[in-house]
Amino acid sequence: MTRWIDSAAILIGVFALWYLAWWGAGDSAITPPGHTLRFVVYLFGTDDFWGHAWATVRAFLYALAISAVIGIALGLALGLHRFSGEVMEPVLASFYTIPKVTLYPLMLLVFGLGISAKVAFGVIHGMIPVTLFTLAAVKNIPGVLIRTGHAMRLTPMATARHVLMPAVMPEIISGLRIGFALTFLGVLIGEMFASQRGLGFLIINGINQHDVRRTTAVIVIVVTAAVIANSALLALDRHARHEAT
Amino acid sequence: MNKVGLTRLGLITAFIVLLEALCRTGLVKPLTLVAPSRMVSELWELIQAGEVGEDAAHTTIEVGGAFILAVFAGVLLGAIIHATPRLRRATAPVLASWYAVPSFVFYPLLIALLGLSEAPLIAIGTLSAAPAMVIATISGLDRVPRVLRKTARMHRMGFWDTLRFITLPSALPSLFAGVKLAFAYAFIGVIAGEFILSGGGLGYSIAYAYESFETPKMYALMLLVLGVGVAVNATLHIWEGRLLRRRQR
Repeated sequence: MTRWIDSAAILIGVFALWYLAWWGAGDSAITPPGHTLRFVVYLFGTDDFWGHAWATVRAFLYALAISAVIGIALGLALGLHRFSGEVMEPVLASFYTIPKVTLYPLMLLVFGLGISAKVAFGVIHGMIPVTLFTLAAVKNIPGVLIRTGHAMRLTPMATARHVLMPAVMPEIISGLRIGFALTFLGVLIGEMFASQRGLGFLIINGINQHDVRRTTAVIVIVVTAAVIANSALLALDRHARHEAT
Repeated sequence: MNKVGLTRLGLITAFIVLLEALCRTGLVKPLTLVAPSRMVSELWELIQAGEVGEDAAHTTIEVGGAFILAVFAGVLLGAIIHATPRLRRATAPVLASWYAVPSFVFYPLLIALLGLSEAPLIAIGTLSAAPAMVIATISGLDRVPRVLRKTARMHRMGFWDTLRFITLPSALPSLFAGVKLAFAYAFIGVIAGEFILSGGGLGYSIAYAYESFETPKMYALMLLVLGVGVAVNATLHIWEGRLLRRRQR
């Protein structure tokens, strides 16, 4: 019961902040909640909006698939081959911390305006955390687990299936959760600068044309979707950790 | 330097040489990418002509301000949240979802609230950096062993002594990880904000150089931003290593 009260309090706090921002900044920067939610409902009724939303979802799914496959493969490889792992880890970590927005002109020049630039942007943001988490997971597998596998004369396949996979899965899921968020961020940034379609484009276009109502509504939709997806993944993450222990 | 470091250096050098070769032989057009040597010479010329100083000063003030604010606010908030379990449970989903939301979409709103100056960029940097510090503070405080807390109480240690001899040593690794992330996120947030909408700063001049087809200048500035990011990170990394080693002794 207290949990529900607390969640409600957080929600009320968000709306209070929203009203406060509106009260401080005025209609030229943000629209109040009621007004915005009505516009969100209106947007949901237009085909134009769904076209943009679908463009974002498609680019995001491509980028997420590429980030996950490359990230996990690279992480496994670097984790199993210790020397390469030690060489590459700081390089990857420093790439993680630089502002990749600055690379957008390069992305545009290489991939052109459109979906491939967006996907590439998503991948450079999302791939690194997946790689780093997978690498750490493989590196930290307790030696005793592998020796136990040997002692029980498991085949390599059986070792991978029953020992390695369960040991690294929780970490990989955490990595994917962060990769998920950053890929989404990357795709949105890509759309803001390097695209004519998608929700990021709607936001930047609204900013440039001072269409405050549209910008606020799209931001609310994006934030809500991000929070819901992230909460679902967080629940999955907890579940995986619970199973592993 | 050991074998690992040498291999890393070799790889990076090979990568730069490859880029240089691709550009020099004309396989990559100069409009797409300029050779690394050209980026360096261009950057040197820009610095000597005094074209970078003002933008760099803007960005430094913004990133520095955001970083300091985020670290202090983050530690304070983290300590408060850690001390109140109910608050902690309620804010957990907010903290966990924070980085799924691109915080710079709030930049136009912050401009309306704070005016077109350095303030909204500092705010953006702080908004993106502070949660990392909050999370790091909470997990750092979680790592203080309960038996040490009890020992402190038994010895009737005061607040400051407990902080200095019990809490800080245990929480330090996590706090330092938070400081590193806070810098990275403040840097990313500020540069992204400058890209979208601003009248100065390095992010702005990269976008401006791109739009006016000054490709060499654009790459020179990109090199500067990436170089500064990597240099600060490396410094923090080395400092962290020293602190942690001293702690183990």
